[in-house]
Amino acid sequence: MSELMAARIQMETSLAFHIVFAVIGIALPFMMVIAEALWLRTGEPVYRLLARRWAKGSAILFAVGAVSGTVLSFELGLLWPRFMAFAGSIIGLPFALEGFAFFTEAIFLGIYLYGWDRIPPLAHWFAGVMVAASGAASAIFVVMTNAWMNTPVGFRVVDGRPVDVDPIAAMMSPAALAETLHMTIAAYAAAGFAVAGVHAFLLRRDRSNLFHRRALAIALAVGGVAAIIQPATGHYAAEVVARTQPVKLAAMEGQFRTERRAPLRIGGFPDPAAGETRYALEIPAGLSILAYGRPDAEVLGLNDFAPEDRPNVRVVHVAFQVMVGCGMAMMAVALWAGWSAWRRRAVPDSDGFLRVVVAASPLGMLAVEAGWVVTEVGRQPWVIQGVMRTADSVTDVRGLWVSLLTYSALYIMLGGIVVMLMLQLFRASPEVREAGGKVGGGK
Amino acid sequence: MSDAALATIVAVAMLVSLIVYALLGGADYGAGVWYLLATGRRKEAQRELIDRAIGPVWEANHVWLILVVVLLFSAFPAAYAAVTSTMHLPLSLMLIGIVLRGSAFTFRHYDASAPRRRRWGRAFAAPSVATPVLLGIVIGALAAGEAAPRPGEVVDLLAPRWLGTFPLTVGLFALAIFAYLAAVYLILETDDPELRDDFRRRALASAVVVGALAWLVYLLARTQAPLVFSQLDASPWGRPVRIATGACAILALLALTTRRYHVARGAAMVQTALILWGCGLALYPYLVPPELTIYNAAASRRTLILLLSALAAGAFVLIPSLVYLFRIFKAHTFTTTD
Repeated sequence: MSELMAARIQMETSLAFHIVFAVIGIALPFMMVIAEALWLRTGEPVYRLLARRWAKGSAILFAVGAVSGTVLSFELGLLWPRFMAFAGSIIGLPFALEGFAFFTEAIFLGIYLYGWDRIPPLAHWFAGVMVAASGAASAIFVVMTNAWMNTPVGFRVVDGRPVDVDPIAAMMSPAALAETLHMTIAAYAAAGFAVAGVHAFLLRRDRSNLFHRRALAIALAVGGVAAIIQPATGHYAAEVVARTQPVKLAAMEGQFRTERRAPLRIGGFPDPAAGETRYALEIPAGLSILAYGRPDAEVLGLNDFAPEDRPNVRVVHVAFQVMVGCGMAMMAVALWAGWSAWRRRAVPDSDGFLRVVVAASPLGMLAVEAGWVVTEVGRQPWVIQGVMRTADSVTDVRGLWVSLLTYSALYIMLGGIVVMLMLQLFRASPEVREAGGKVGGGK
Repeated sequence: MSDAALATIVAVAMLVSLIVYALLGGADYGAGVWYLLATGRRKEAQRELIDRAIGPVWEANHVWLILVVVLLFSAFPAAYAAVTSTMHLPLSLMLIGIVLRGSAFTFRHYDASAPRRRRWGRAFAAPSVATPVLLGIVIGALAAGEAAPRPGEVVDLLAPRWLGTFPLTVGLFALAIFAYLAAVYLILETDDPELRDDFRRRALASAVVVGALAWLVYLLARTQAPLVFSQLDASPWGRPVRIATGACAILALLALTTRRYHVARGAAMVQTALILWGCGLALYPYLVPPELTIYNAAASRRTLILLLSALAAGAFVLIPSLVYLFRIFKAHTFTTTD
């Protein structure tokens, strides 16, 4: 294995692992805060229990998210020292701000977890709000740096070094708004659906359980609203990609030839040797309309770019299809729930609906992982689009496969343990009885 | 303000963050050491005490390290790139330690099964010993000039340059300091006189080890880290800092013997801060000797100004939050009860 490949796989593993925890770390505290707010308003103990339960989940996931995030901040240098030497001064600012957001999150998480009976209820709730808000803020700052890697601005290169560095301009790069919106909302959708799936599963086994019923309602509301607005931010993100990274758009769509009235391809598998995407359902002029708003707009194809500047079209196209497919399915479930809730003034609880929610619960995480593959693999072979190639930024250290194996083993172990602990947490549902009184069904 | 002054201010901010990391996060490592070494009749009580003491502040204490790293790579990107290349292996091992203990500590708290909780305890404690040693090794190697990339050098992951006597001694020194701090703090985390005495004895023993290792590091530095040694030994501030550190050490020892625990804690904290401050002064103006200084590795003026603004804005949110956190959970250790 080449050192570059080992470094890339290690970085990919670390990010793929961390992103799951980051996503839940953004949205789970938000749901926890909603539950506690409902407790403060209604005084129903079931909401307090719910907030406490979600807080436990947040604590476990935050701990793993924090350590894997620490690993990432070092890995940037351990694996890509030349990238950091070049980019550190340009994108250090959002990282510093992220550091502060993370810090705020850690402080208030401590207050929230250990302060239940030590501070006034409203102060406690406010600590939860700070956790949720700083979680979202740190995601935004990190994604801003990624947006800069895709659309680098705020510097000039002289003799291979950056000069006239403007970190504020770099933070506000052309892709910043689209990427941060899309990623933040994705987090709420993914975590909302994941949590909803767990509670739907448990509700199916114990239909009278008010705890899971309330939990399902909150999680579906958060995940559902996010899933419904997500296509709009996705569309905006695609427009930005079309404008700023045409080669990435071509890879996403499996577009080999430059053409007007380019079709939108649904599904399909690109064949780079033959220069075409087979088996796709093609909507005539769909891509031209979506990307540029005009049916006769010209869409650049991969063939117009030098072979060494093209990303892996198979990976990018398939990942893109997976992301869009998952997103559409989640939107459909959300619309079903919303429509039914509006008509019957209650979250649907038919067996069929609960089954669908369980089935849909991993889709959000799948979409997040796939979307991240689209943006990252779609930028290859560049680490900084058009400025620095990934191959030129990799470390000179030899023997990276050792490091790759070690970290992978570590992540596999951690992932397994987290799953085990979360299962334990979910199995402990009879805690509802401790809420006092009867917890009858909602029917 | 001149560029040099800006770079110096950022470097000072980094050093201060590192000192706070040592005082708070470092003590958590030390607590892990005492967790591992818990013995006698009160073994379980000691462990419970440790758990209770660090639980609420655990996550916040560890973010200081991230702050140091972020400041290093934004303000001095060349130094960060150099250190992460030459120190790849110790940094990686340190990270693995951080991952293991960070997750094990939380898992321990939330695992429902008692035998597994005990196993998590060990998984938390063992890397608590290894990680500070690695952190010290990196700092020691840096001081010895072993972290600077040599021209044309390809770092082999399995043939380390950082495994010398000096870095190792600094690693053990770091471990001893953290254990000492933790013992001194833990005395005040309980009202039980027997438990207090347990940690008082540990604090006294580790104070002696800290003193011995400090002497050893100083002696070894003469030959192995001459650049740092000359500043520590001959510069006008070298002697006052050394004397002040020694005075704090003696004060802490006296306070421990006479059971004036608040005084002991204050003295131990100042002592640790002075040791790190001395390290920083001895290294100044170098970040990665013998080539990279805080001046030639600094980012552009604009970046430094923005970083300092971010630091100020961040402190505006952070300091009141941290004060609140510590007032909620640590207020009892600040009011004199004896």
